Amino acid sequence: MSLAAQLPALQVALPLLAAPLVVLLRHGGLACTVVTAAAWAAFATALGLWLQVGQLDPGGAISYQMGSWAPPWGIEYRVDRLASFVLLLVSGMAAVVLSYSRASVEREVPRELHYLYYAMFALCLAGLLGIVITGDAFNIFVFIEISSLATYVLIALGRDRRALTAAYQYLIMGSIGATFIVIGIGFLYLMTGTLNLADMAVRLREVESYRPVLVALAFLTVGISLKLALFPLHLWLPNAYTYAPSAVTAFLAATATKVSVYVLIRFYYSVFGESLVFEQLPLPRIMLWLSLMAMFGASFAAIFKHNLKRLFAYSSVGQIGYITLGLSFDSVNGLTASIVHLFNHGIAKGAIFLLIGGIVASMTTRDAVPPAPTFDRLAGLAKRMPLTCFGIVLAGLSLIGVPGTAGFVTKWYLILAAMERGQWWLVGAIVLSSLLAVAYVWRFVEVAYFHAAPAGSKKNEAPLSLLIPAWLLVIATLWFGLDTSFTVGAALDAAQELVKIRR
Amino acid sequence: MSTLAGYFSYAVTIFLLVAGLYIIIAQGNLIKKLVGLSLLQTSVYLLYIAPGKLVGGTAPIIAPGQQIYANPLPHVLILTAIVVGVATLALGLALAVRIHEAYGSIEEEEILEKDNASEDAEGVRA
Repeated sequence: MSLAAQLPALQVALPLLAAPLVVLLRHGGLACTVVTAAAWAAFATALGLWLQVGQLDPGGAISYQMGSWAPPWGIEYRVDRLASFVLLLVSGMAAVVLSYSRASVEREVPRELHYLYYAMFALCLAGLLGIVITGDAFNIFVFIEISSLATYVLIALGRDRRALTAAYQYLIMGSIGATFIVIGIGFLYLMTGTLNLADMAVRLREVESYRPVLVALAFLTVGISLKLALFPLHLWLPNAYTYAPSAVTAFLAATATKVSVYVLIRFYYSVFGESLVFEQLPLPRIMLWLSLMAMFGASFAAIFKHNLKRLFAYSSVGQIGYITLGLSFDSVNGLTASIVHLFNHGIAKGAIFLLIGGIVASMTTRDAVPPAPTFDRLAGLAKRMPLTCFGIVLAGLSLIGVPGTAGFVTKWYLILAAMERGQWWLVGAIVLSSLLAVAYVWRFVEVAYFHAAPAGSKKNEAPLSLLIPAWLLVIATLWFGLDTSFTVGAALDAAQELVKIRR
Repeated sequence: MSTLAGYFSYAVTIFLLVAGLYIIIAQGNLIKKLVGLSLLQTSVYLLYIAPGKLVGGTAPIIAPGQQIYANPLPHVLILTAIVVGVATLALGLALAVRIHEAYGSIEEEEILEKDNASEDAEGVRA
């Protein structure tokens, strides 16, 4: 057996094995090396899988049989184009954030907990990758819980005591969400007698007029929406992002909610099929209005936040609105916008939270509790940290959707999808909601560039070990705004495959 | 079998599910919320396991003279779910202990009051 055939198993196994190894080593520096190496190896694996999927016919997928048990009896790992794309995002972000972690975690997490931080990070990564790669419904639930439990611990590692309540709140909400997901999967299992997603999709055709199938759809939608922080279910997110250590915030903002979006797309398009999701229930309409409420409500709320991390946390809720808006169209262009935005927003928000981590690090003295990055502490910051501020502004432009940045590509496809359906008012709404993003990014610009710095402050740029990974993402944001062949190409292919499955 | 008795396990499942959710929402005590969460998760165990039992079925080991076997898969799945539930409960309790150390209380309202007080002291507006 060649190594290339085992890549799907390695994708999850590498970070999963790194976690207990690190706990046994009990050494912060070694732990960092091991987990960072595992994350880069996972990224290499994802790249390998990407190349393998690229060689298949359109619509093809790599099927890996765990323990050589043939599906639908055994657990199948299934990598199609969409899965491969999300694997690249998740493992790539993990590799960048872990390279950044050493310098950031040193200042924000007590020394004796470092090895546990890395162990939890590895577990979280293994869980997220597992959710994406598995082709088994119950397996999805187990991996969701692996990543979620690790996430709760990572958030609780924040030095502020409010990190504890944020983690607790997330634990309650996240567990309710996961329980709803498992109820939905249970109903599907009762109706079809299988847990393999591909097999389930086929068998579901025979029973799709029965009510339990709709109940399953409802439970799954609510459960996954809790996980991806769809507007009225987003209450756990702002506190969790605000009080978690900076590196954790960056990783979660870039990956955790995005993987939940992936699960939603997977269930909607691959399992239930469009006719069931979009015709039998008023789901597209509900999705449309909730997305609009997120785009306007959360972005509007973001403008008035005093803490920079909290501001961009609310902005995340708003940006998730754009992703779900794309889903509600039920068209290739809409789905393309969702998939592209999942990537584009991931790297832009990851860059912003990494740079904010740099600001927090520069304000922190050794072994003290890191101060919150509130606006009164940021006056004249551009003088002290020019590179950091410039990076936040560039990534902020992507959140707004200025042409030349990655965010513009998404908005372009969203507007195309809206025009396709003749919903011109929606085009106006998308543009109008972008103005709210201008407002909250401008608040940062105004304070950092135009307010006078406190007297006696000198240049205090973040260390290079923090700046390089963050700027890597900023440059990626610009790169994918200009050269869209990778992101849009992948998303378009994936969207066409998914929409075609049921046509 | 009469319909009422046929639906008995579902009725219990739904009761536990709603009771669990109600406790989570209505109770301000962090430990009681975890009790509700456990109840909610337990209802799912029942949802999976009850349909796995067939009337007159035997344990799923092939034996001569047996035609009907119970479905073993739900039990296996729920074993996993129980492990997940235990881990969630343990982590939730650990967080409750840490919160008690940091705030001196496990009542949601008191914790919120202390948070608001400390934010006012910092001069931080929401």
